[in-house]
Amino acid sequence: MSARITTALLLSWLLAVFIFIFAPIVASVVFSFNSDRFPTIPLGSFTTRWYDMIFADVEIGEAARNSILVSLSTSVIATMLGFATAYTDYRYRFPLKGPYLALILLPPTIPLIIMALAMLAWLSWIGASGQLWSIIVAHSVLTAPFAMAIIRLRLNQIDPNLEAAAWNLGSTEWKALRSVIMPFCRPAIVSAACLTAAISFDEFAVAWFVSGLNKTVPVIILEIVQGNIDPQVNAIGSLVFLTSISLVVIAQVFFISRVGRA
Amino acid sequence: MNRFALAFRLPIIVWQGLFFLGPLFFMIAMSFFLVKNYRMEEAFELKNWARMLTRGYVWDSYWYTLGMASLTTAAAAMLAFPAAWVLAFRVSEGVRRWAIFLLIIPFFTSYLVRTFSWYVILAESGVINAGLGAAALGPYTMLNTPFGTVVGYLTLTLPLVVILQTVSLANIDQNLVQAARNLGCPPARALFAVTLPLAKTGLIVAALFCFILSFGDFVAPYYLGGSKPPTLPILIVDTTKSGQQWPRAAVVAVMMMTTLFAIAATAIWLAYRKRVSA
Repeated sequence: MSARITTALLLSWLLAVFIFIFAPIVASVVFSFNSDRFPTIPLGSFTTRWYDMIFADVEIGEAARNSILVSLSTSVIATMLGFATAYTDYRYRFPLKGPYLALILLPPTIPLIIMALAMLAWLSWIGASGQLWSIIVAHSVLTAPFAMAIIRLRLNQIDPNLEAAAWNLGSTEWKALRSVIMPFCRPAIVSAACLTAAISFDEFAVAWFVSGLNKTVPVIILEIVQGNIDPQVNAIGSLVFLTSISLVVIAQVFFISRVGRA
Repeated sequence: MNRFALAFRLPIIVWQGLFFLGPLFFMIAMSFFLVKNYRMEEAFELKNWARMLTRGYVWDSYWYTLGMASLTTAAAAMLAFPAAWVLAFRVSEGVRRWAIFLLIIPFFTSYLVRTFSWYVILAESGVINAGLGAAALGPYTMLNTPFGTVVGYLTLTLPLVVILQTVSLANIDQNLVQAARNLGCPPARALFAVTLPLAKTGLIVAALFCFILSFGDFVAPYYLGGSKPPTLPILIVDTTKSGQQWPRAAVVAVMMMTTLFAIAATAIWLAYRKRVSA
């Protein structure tokens, strides 16, 4: 009996933790349709005014185009880097492999604000800051480890004899890679591309520092929030959320359904 | 080594060398540069270091940031643990997988928007105070306080801590806990003598990530904590954005990295240390 009470208490604790985590997400979606400039209880009436405002805003439209370009390019570069490194780790042993892997895996352990300052300083020193591709370069450093991890997990599941069999049958290493390894990794590659795109789409600290005048959507949000209370932020946030979460769901569907089964 | 192997091994070395190691080492070098007439000049001078390390406000920020990040880490670990325990031991595998999927979602919502939500929820005339007002309580000041900062930090870190704790608890061999219980060990003692030591590595790694994320975040202490006093990341933002004093910002960044390195090394040593038998 007391065990059941303990479990009930713990389950309510779990529920409270989930409420804390999801309260701000749910609130921002609710507020984005709420007519009050400063939302409180009781809520105002339903409105799509904030959405109309952001769709009419030229600067936000520009930022959305920048964001899409940045996250697509980032995901292509990061996934290629991730794949190359994952394949190297899967197939080869060599001296200094530890430091080699640390090179790709370390960036997420360094606070973004430090990466932001370092990237800004370095890129402007070599004359490459303030461009859209400065953000792309920085974001691919930050996201490549996630691509690498996903693709490496997939490679764990392949039978190493398959590739060797292709070589024995006279296939070149490139051909074996293209017709044995790549098809096997395809779900992980799609997942990695979606995930890296989603991370890049939301990143604001590094983008804010190195972007110069080419703002992305999160940078616009940062600037609006610095000004004052503006429910447009909730509307933008909800749309960004919709975009990212679609990418994540696609990634999950590919990753869990295929990798889980193999 | 053939061309094929090189084609896969070299890209990341070149890319991270140019755009990861390059920036980090340049930033360390930059902390010794000089700024003259609003232009940065290559130099090797200790002026920035001397200036920053002798300023009281820098050390105030330093200890405040360290304290708040530690407080958040302790709070997150304790808030998350019961939740992670339930997810690991009291629900089905399917429920656990769904819960972890849900906990991943926050990483793909804008942290800025979530912070802005808290700003509106916690405000003097916000949702919580309106609710409390209906019960004839409050209003309480929650914005621009350390409480606000911790709420923001937890928004960033709690999902990750719950995930990592759940995974490390779920990987424990339940037979060991059951054996202790069968031998007459009370539940609380089994928790501290069997479960916690077995899950130690994962729990420490979770706490370490929580600390790194809070220590490096400028959003929560700025918008919810009112920047009173500014944390180290806020110092970096202010110093970089308002003028050309990048070398001074670099000094703060190197101070942060040194601190994080020491803490991470200690945490990893603790996490993987073999237990001395009692």
